[in-house]
Amino acid sequence: MDDFYRELIIDRYKNPQFRGVLDPADISFEDDNPLCGDHIHIDLRVGEDGIVREARFDGKGCAISQASADLLMEKIIGMHLDEVKQISKQDILDMLGIELGPVRLKCALLSLKVLKAGVYGLGEATDDLVEDE
Amino acid sequence: MANHILTTTLDVKKIREDFPVLGRQVRPGVPLIYLDSTATSQKPTSVIETMDRFYRNSNANIHRGIHVLAEEATAAYEEAREKVRRFLNAPSSRQVIFTRNTTEAINLVAYSWGLSQLKSGDIVLLTEMEHHSNLVPWYLLAERLGLRLEYVSVSDEGLLDVADFERKLELKPKLFAFTHMSNVVGTINPAKEMIAKAHQVGAITLLDGAQSVPHFRVDVRDLDVDFLAFSGHKMCGPTGIGVLYGKKDLLEQMPPFLGGGDMIKRVTLGSFKPNELPYKFEAGTPAIAEAIGLGAAIDYLSRIGMDAIAQHEHALVSYALDRLAEIPNLRIFGPSADKKGGVVSFVMDGVHAHDIAQVLDQSGVAIRAGHHCAMPLHEKFQIPATARASFYLYNTFDEIDHLVNAIYRVKDLFGV
Ligand SMILES: Cc1ncc(COP(=O)(O)O)c(C=O)c1O
Repeated sequence: MDDFYRELIIDRYKNPQFRGVLDPADISFEDDNPLCGDHIHIDLRVGEDGIVREARFDGKGCAISQASADLLMEKIIGMHLDEVKQISKQDILDMLGIELGPVRLKCALLSLKVLKAGVYGLGEATDDLVEDE
Repeated sequence: MANHILTTTLDVKKIREDFPVLGRQVRPGVPLIYLDSTATSQKPTSVIETMDRFYRNSNANIHRGIHVLAEEATAAYEEAREKVRRFLNAPSSRQVIFTRNTTEAINLVAYSWGLSQLKSGDIVLLTEMEHHSNLVPWYLLAERLGLRLEYVSVSDEGLLDVADFERKLELKPKLFAFTHMSNVVGTINPAKEMIAKAHQVGAITLLDGAQSVPHFRVDVRDLDVDFLAFSGHKMCGPTGIGVLYGKKDLLEQMPPFLGGGDMIKRVTLGSFKPNELPYKFEAGTPAIAEAIGLGAAIDYLSRIGMDAIAQHEHALVSYALDRLAEIPNLRIFGPSADKKGGVVSFVMDGVHAHDIAQVLDQSGVAIRAGHHCAMPLHEKFQIPATARASFYLYNTFDEIDHLVNAIYRVKDLFGV
């Protein structure tokens, strides 16, 4: 039954590998999902060459939002910021390996939204940052 | 487990046959266990068929055409209003105003009564357990008029603090707007006494009946309440229809809320004369089929009996509280069964409410997770979200057992 909670998701939720804070950081951003009270804060250290050297997230929320943030941090280390900007909703779904309905999709995409708002240097994280097309 | 007399006067098996959706499976082999009636109730066949019949046979606009369909439609719409009147024991059907939902009914009071009767420095008394729909309209009005908002505090048990209520009344609020029953912790507030006390200091009272009118007998004359707001969709009726009941002198002195057709008596270029009650507040073509559907829902609930429904839900919630109390690491919010309706909210250490709801859904158990449009109350309890199971006339003791088993599956999966 519980395909939704693949071992990977439960594991990353309970034993996150990239949870933490970077101080100082080159890029920091945070936002909430008002629907469920999920909260994600992200810190990045970026080299002169635009490559992400270190990435950490902090926050609270459901297994989907937290595991998604942990996996996303792992994914972007070593990526150029221009590549980070290209990460899509589908990339996150592929990374999680599950199908999500519209409500839980918001949980899964919160960390990407926060990440992109930070990388683009925006004042606010908005949904269109994580909408494909 | 405490010993339970699992008795109810309702023939739930038969009632369930009245609700087509309750027979469905959410996935092959997984029957639906619907424990989310606080968000919206399911609809019986009689309501669905009444609306279907209206569209097939009598559909027309009301109060205007002079033809058979228009007359039938008008009669059915006004008959629905009369059914609401009887259900609430209101003096006159002119005091029953159809709105879209509870939220719109409260906004009507805020913008019509509030804007015309309140002024800078006036106090509006609310409570910490309100739904956003009985908070935000007052925030907006307070900004506009410079009102002062005060809140009756809620105890850790989820009850309104009586001493705090009496202290706040000494501030002489102009309005006391409060919920009859909390949609999060299920607390049923002693509305009649609170209204009497508020009247003693000269306050007008508004009762949010979104969770009370569907679940137990609410008599506006006995309560002596000035305004009552509720939604059809939580009481076996369709979405898109709600009610504002008000005392006649108040409604008469209030200016119109929305302007347009139906709410006028006469219009000249540059001026209008408002229509009489209740039409003054029903601008434009209303939700005709939905009003008629609400009438059918009231017929249905009345046939079963509001007292029997309340008794049944009380038996369910008592049983649910006892069964949930067996589960380690589960924290349950709200008062004991004797002080509440059929709502149970809980959190589990180490598992977010969303994850609980998601795993439960895999077992077909539909509950709600989140802040339930009552963020201030969650802040008070210092939790971002709760999982909430809620019960109605069609729920069974068996379904509560399923809920409990499904919660054990959450614990297994997350290893807590
Ligand atoms: C106590 C309470 N008040 C108001 C509302 C708002 O009802 P509606 O969304 O139908 O306007 C609800 C619905 O959840 C409620 O539970």
